[in-house]
Amino acid sequence: MAWQWFYRLGSPRWFYEKTNRWIPWLATVTALLLITGAVWALGFAPADAKQGNSYRIIYIHVPASFLALAGYYVMAIAGAIGLIWKMKLADMVMKSAAPIGAALTFMALVTGAVWGKPTWGAWWVWDARITSMLVLFFLYLGVIALQGAYQHQATADKASAILALVGTVNIPIIYKSVDWWYTLHQPATLKLTSASSIHPSMLYPLLLMIVGFYCFYALALMFYTRAEIVQRERRTAWVNELVGAAK
Amino acid sequence: MDSPSMSAAIRALLRRDLLLAYRHRGEIANPLVFFMIVITMLPLGISPESAVLGSLAPGMIWVVALLATLLSLDSLFRSDFDDGSLEQILISPHPLYFIVLVKVFVHWLVTGLPLALLSPLLGVMLFLPEAGFTPLFLSLLMGTGVLSLIGAIGAALTVALRKGGLLLSLIIMPLYVPVLIFGASVVRSAIEGFPIAGELAVLGALLAVSIVLAPMAAAGALRISVNG
Repeated sequence: MAWQWFYRLGSPRWFYEKTNRWIPWLATVTALLLITGAVWALGFAPADAKQGNSYRIIYIHVPASFLALAGYYVMAIAGAIGLIWKMKLADMVMKSAAPIGAALTFMALVTGAVWGKPTWGAWWVWDARITSMLVLFFLYLGVIALQGAYQHQATADKASAILALVGTVNIPIIYKSVDWWYTLHQPATLKLTSASSIHPSMLYPLLLMIVGFYCFYALALMFYTRAEIVQRERRTAWVNELVGAAK
Repeated sequence: MDSPSMSAAIRALLRRDLLLAYRHRGEIANPLVFFMIVITMLPLGISPESAVLGSLAPGMIWVVALLATLLSLDSLFRSDFDDGSLEQILISPHPLYFIVLVKVFVHWLVTGLPLALLSPLLGVMLFLPEAGFTPLFLSLLMGTGVLSLIGAIGAALTVALRKGGLLLSLIIMPLYVPVLIFGASVVRSAIEGFPIAGELAVLGALLAVSIVLAPMAAAGALRISVNG
């Protein structure tokens, strides 16, 4: 009995109808969080003593990086659920998580480069964190490419789930080895601000933005998954009814 | 009907794969020739000076060895898939884990091992400092094993695709990052006079972990590719 909700999750139709009701709420919360966070961060948070206003890009950069990593785990866990319990919905979530995660990773890389130019004087530095983000981006691209390569959707789902899981095992190893490679070969001249050393007046808008990005991620994942559900279930009666009603 | 024991099956598969490799001797040479041609291109593209080449040699040789392994990976399961023997292997009662391990071992024997054996020659061509030769050989010996094992996952995932070659490289290369870092740094540390036991141990650990995990993932991927 206690596990009923878990099996109900496996029904794409149930998910579609539930999210119909969730989306307006989640969208409102996301918009409120992101607008408040952005206005506070860009308009009211104090400028940094050394970096001036250029530091403000962290309000996009940090949340995007958080979700780039978290998104990979969402994708891998959804893939594992799809492989183990053969849950259709989990496969769709996995497929949807790949482009969103890749976009967020790209955003983290680009905002990092934009911040790096005035601060470090270079668009790109072979720093351990940047390099592992780049590798993460390639891992996402691999999953997307594999998804697109198969004729049958079921095979594509299972194959990319395996790749995502292999990547999960590898991410800590990649991260550690890149870290080790960097510390061995370059002097530690560049230090990213550690989270604890940030002043509360700068931290609160950042926290708002992070929570807002999480909500936005959930929202984007829902939209992608819903599109995927309609696409894959297009031959079922309920989708036809839905489309018929929309016409 | 009694099926043969597992050790008999493994021996039979080992014998068959080695025989197949021996009958296609030309294919064994291809990655090696590729390895040498690319190494020949490097001085033409960069600089023929010994100081420049010597400092770049460890990384260059490692990157090219990685590419040569990648190129040969596509054929790991391809011919078995094309002639249907892969399906026969999949329905055999023996654990697929060991079968994949045997196939990867033969792949390493005909690509990784020759690459490692050839590496001193390329070291000479690129003016690799003398202290780097043995570490280069040792790191390639272990590292190419990891490359073959991880690559088997990609080969298994893409075996049913007609144009799997480029996709295989795309999905597998990010996973090669740790091997490349530690493999090349073994050689660099040795040249700079640092102890290399620690880094070799890390390569050994990577090898041990991939022996345990990679054939499992590859076996799962093979079942998906063939049945799907």
